[in-house]
Amino acid sequence: MIALRGRARSASLDGPLRRELWRLVDGPARQPDEATLGDGPAGLRVRHAHHDAAPRGNEIVLPPHLGHLGAGDIIAVSPTGDRVEVMWRPRSRHNSILLTERCDNYCLMCSQPPKRHDDSRLLDRAGELIRMLPADTPELGLTGGEPTVYGDGLLALLRLIHSELPGTEVHLLSNGRRFADAGFTADYARAGNPRLMAGIPLFGPEPALHDFVVQASGAFDQTVTGILRLGELRQRVEIRVVLQKHTAPAVVEIAEFIARNLPFVEKVALMGLEVTGLARANLDDVWVDPFDYRAELAEAALLLKHARVRTQIYNHQLCLLDHRVRRMAVRSISDWKNEHIPACAGCAVREECGGFFVSSRHRRSAHIRPLPSPSADGHHA
Amino acid sequence: MRDRIPAATAGGRQLQFLPLRFERWDDGRVLLTNMVGEHLFVDGPEFEALSQRRLTDPALIRRLRAKHLVRLPGEQLPVDLLAVKYRTQHQRLADSTSLHLFVVTLRCEHSCAYCQVSRRNLAHTGFDMTPETARAAVSMAFRSPSPRLKFEFQGGEPLLNMPAVRLVVEEAERINGTEGRRLAFVIASNLALLDDEVLAFAQRHDVSFSTSLDGPEDLHNRNRPRPGRDSRQRTLTAVAHIREQLGHDRVSALMTTTAGSLGRVREIIDSYLENGFRHIFLRPVSPYGFARRLSRRRAYDVDAWADFYTEGMEYILELNARGVPVVETYSAIVLKKMLTNDSPGYVDLTSPAGIGIGALVYNYDGAVYASDEGRMLAESGDFTFRLGQLGQDSYADLMTSAALLDPLEESYTGSVPMCCDCAFERYCGADPVFHHTTAGDPVGRKPESAFCRRNKAVFRFLLDRYTSDPHARELFRAWAAR
Repeated sequence: MIALRGRARSASLDGPLRRELWRLVDGPARQPDEATLGDGPAGLRVRHAHHDAAPRGNEIVLPPHLGHLGAGDIIAVSPTGDRVEVMWRPRSRHNSILLTERCDNYCLMCSQPPKRHDDSRLLDRAGELIRMLPADTPELGLTGGEPTVYGDGLLALLRLIHSELPGTEVHLLSNGRRFADAGFTADYARAGNPRLMAGIPLFGPEPALHDFVVQASGAFDQTVTGILRLGELRQRVEIRVVLQKHTAPAVVEIAEFIARNLPFVEKVALMGLEVTGLARANLDDVWVDPFDYRAELAEAALLLKHARVRTQIYNHQLCLLDHRVRRMAVRSISDWKNEHIPACAGCAVREECGGFFVSSRHRRSAHIRPLPSPSADGHHA
Repeated sequence: MRDRIPAATAGGRQLQFLPLRFERWDDGRVLLTNMVGEHLFVDGPEFEALSQRRLTDPALIRRLRAKHLVRLPGEQLPVDLLAVKYRTQHQRLADSTSLHLFVVTLRCEHSCAYCQVSRRNLAHTGFDMTPETARAAVSMAFRSPSPRLKFEFQGGEPLLNMPAVRLVVEEAERINGTEGRRLAFVIASNLALLDDEVLAFAQRHDVSFSTSLDGPEDLHNRNRPRPGRDSRQRTLTAVAHIREQLGHDRVSALMTTTAGSLGRVREIIDSYLENGFRHIFLRPVSPYGFARRLSRRRAYDVDAWADFYTEGMEYILELNARGVPVVETYSAIVLKKMLTNDSPGYVDLTSPAGIGIGALVYNYDGAVYASDEGRMLAESGDFTFRLGQLGQDSYADLMTSAALLDPLEESYTGSVPMCCDCAFERYCGADPVFHHTTAGDPVGRKPESAFCRRNKAVFRFLLDRYTSDPHARELFRAWAAR
C-alpha cells in the first residue's frame, strides 16, 4: 500500500508558500511550479526523510512513508509546509482528482462519506493541477462527492481538460441525477470531448431499491432520465453496479433492466464492495460474501454480454467468480490499495487477480482459495 | 448521523397497472407481459393478490415495477421507457420492403409433393421471366425506401433461368452505383444444376445460396423426387463445391416437415450436423399450392408438429449442453422478439403483417404479389394478393392498393380479436394470407387457427425452458442476440 498524504517531518520556510501544487524534479527547478528533490536552486526544496542535514531556507523534509515520491510526481503542500498530499503519480494508471466531498446521495456503502461544508477550493486546485499535467497523460479520473454540484464550474473544468489534454481519456464519476436537467446535459455535451465518459451508478431496476441504497427519494428517476439524456446526445456512459447485501440479490434484474432499457450504454461495471467509509460503518447492513452471489453475478454478466453491452467485473477475487466470467474480471484495485492474503499462497493466477483492498481486512470472503493455473484447470473446475 | 430513509414499502392499492396481458399456465402459474413483451411469471395466489391490488411482497413489487407492469401514481419514467421500447420495436416500418423475391421461372426438374408452386415441366419456357420484366422488377425494387435490399431468386428452379438471374444482379449493381444501398443476393435452389459457371458468377457478385435438406437420404429423396432419385446426393455435392469455392457460410439449408419426418427429428438434426450446418429451421409444411392438396395420408395436425418441434428442441438443447453449437432458426427469431426490442424482420412474425411492406414478389409474368404465399394462391386461381403489374402500375399504385392496405389493417394484431389481449402478441405476427387461405378472411378465428396454435406451442415451450433451465436461459439469450 502506498501512502498519499502525511505531515512533513520538518519544514523551514522564509514565509508562507505562495502556491500549493508542486511538480517534483531532480536537479534545478526551471519553472515556478517545480520543486527540487534534493539540492539546487528552487522556490521549494523537498528532501526525503533519510536526509540528515538540517533544513535550510524554503525546504521541507518528507515523512518516511512518502519515500516513494520521485520526479514527475505532483504534490500539494500547505502554506506552512507541514502537510503534504500526493496529487498525481505519472507512473500510476489510477490517478483521479477529488473535486468535492459534497453529494446529494448518501449511499449506504459510500467509500467517501459526503460532507456538507463548501470545499470549492478543490475545484480551483483541480484546474491548477490540470494545467501542470503532461500533454501525454493517458487517463484522468474526476471523482467526488458529486462533481456535478458545481454545475457550470464543472463544465468549465471539462472544457479546460479538453483544451489542455485533448488526448487524455477522462472518466467522470457522477450519480447522474444532474443530467436529468436537459439544459445542463446539453452544455455538457457541447464540451464535445470524445474521450469523456461518465461513470454512473445504478443500484436497482426500479425506484424503490435504488432510492433506498442511495438514501434519496426521486434519485432513480433522475439518474435514469439523466442516462437517457446523455444517450440521446451520444455521450459516453458507463453504468456501475456495486454489489452489496441489498443489490446483489437483484443483480440479474438490474442487468435485464439495463439490457432492455439502456442498451446504448458503452459499458457496465459490476463492482465488489469496498469496506471503507460508510460501508464499514454500516458493515452488517451492506456486507454479503461474494461467494453467495457468484451464480447471479455470472448470469448478469453473461446476460449483458449477450446483449452486446461491454461488461467488466471489478474488485472481485478470481476464486470467487464463476469460471465462465473470470475473463471479464479486471485488475481494477488501485495500486495503492492492492494486497494479497495468506490464503492466496500457491495460487497460480495471482498475477491476473486484483487482490484485495487493504480495507478488506475488516471483512472478506470466507471462500478465498488458491486456483490452479488455467491450463491445469482445463475442465474449469 | 442522519436518519435512515427506510426501504420503500409501497404496494397494494397504491399500485397502478400499466398496459399488461396475461396467460394462465397449466401448472397454476400466470404469465404476465407488458406492452413491449417483457415477461414475468407469478404464481396463482400472487396473481390473485395483484389483481385485487393487495400485494405486499417488496421483492415481487420490485420485479413488477422493473418490468413496467405496474407503477406508482404519477410516475412518468416507466411510461417514457415503454414508449422508447415500443418505438424501437417498430423502427423497421419506416424502412419498408427490404426483401424482393424474383420468381425467374416456374420450371423445375424436381417434383416435390409439398412444393408450394405450380411447377412446370422443363420444356415450358413460356414460364420464364423475360429480360424486360426482370429490368422493370429491379427498378421497382429500388423504389423502396429501405437502406438494405435483399434480392432472392426462386422458382421453380432459378438455375434453369440463369440469364434472368444474371440480368437482375448486374442491373441492381449498376443502379446501386448511384444509390449506395446495402445489397444482398440469394439464390434459393435445389442446387442439382449448379455448375462452375454459376459458381464463378456467385463468387464475382457475392451471391449466397439457400437450399433444401429434408434430413436422412430416404426421407429427403422421398420428399423430393427427381429423375435418378438422387436429389440429396446432388444437393450435398453442390453444397461442398460452394463451401470450397465461396466459403462455408455462403450456403444455408431449410427443411420442410412432412408426415414422414414425424418421429425422426433427431435423425434430421444429425443429418444437418453431419453435413456441416449449424442452423436448422424446424419448418412446418405450409398450406399453399400443391401442398394444400396433400392426401390425408400425408397431412398432419398442429399437435403432431408441436411434438416434433419440442422433441427437436430438447435434442438441440442437449447438443448445446454437450458443447455442440446448433441453433433452431425459428426459435431464435422468436427469442429475439421476446428478449430484446429489436425486430428480426421475419415476415411471418410481424404486425403490421410483412406482406408488401416486408417483402414484394415479382412473378415471372410481371405480376407483383404481396407475398410468396399470395403468389402461390394466384397459381390456383385466387388473385386476392396480386397488387399490380410491372409496366402498368407505379410503386405508389402497388403500395397503396386496397389489396395490400386492407389486409394489413384488418390483420393488425394490436386490434384483432383474441390477438389484442393475447399475452404473446408482441412475439407473434399477423399472417393475413394464411388466414385468408384457411379461413376465408385475413383474420380467421384464432381458436381454430393452426398459425395461432402452432406459434403458441413455440412460445410456451421457449418460456417454460427459459424459466426453468438456467442452461437454456443462457443459450436463448445468446440466440436472441444473433
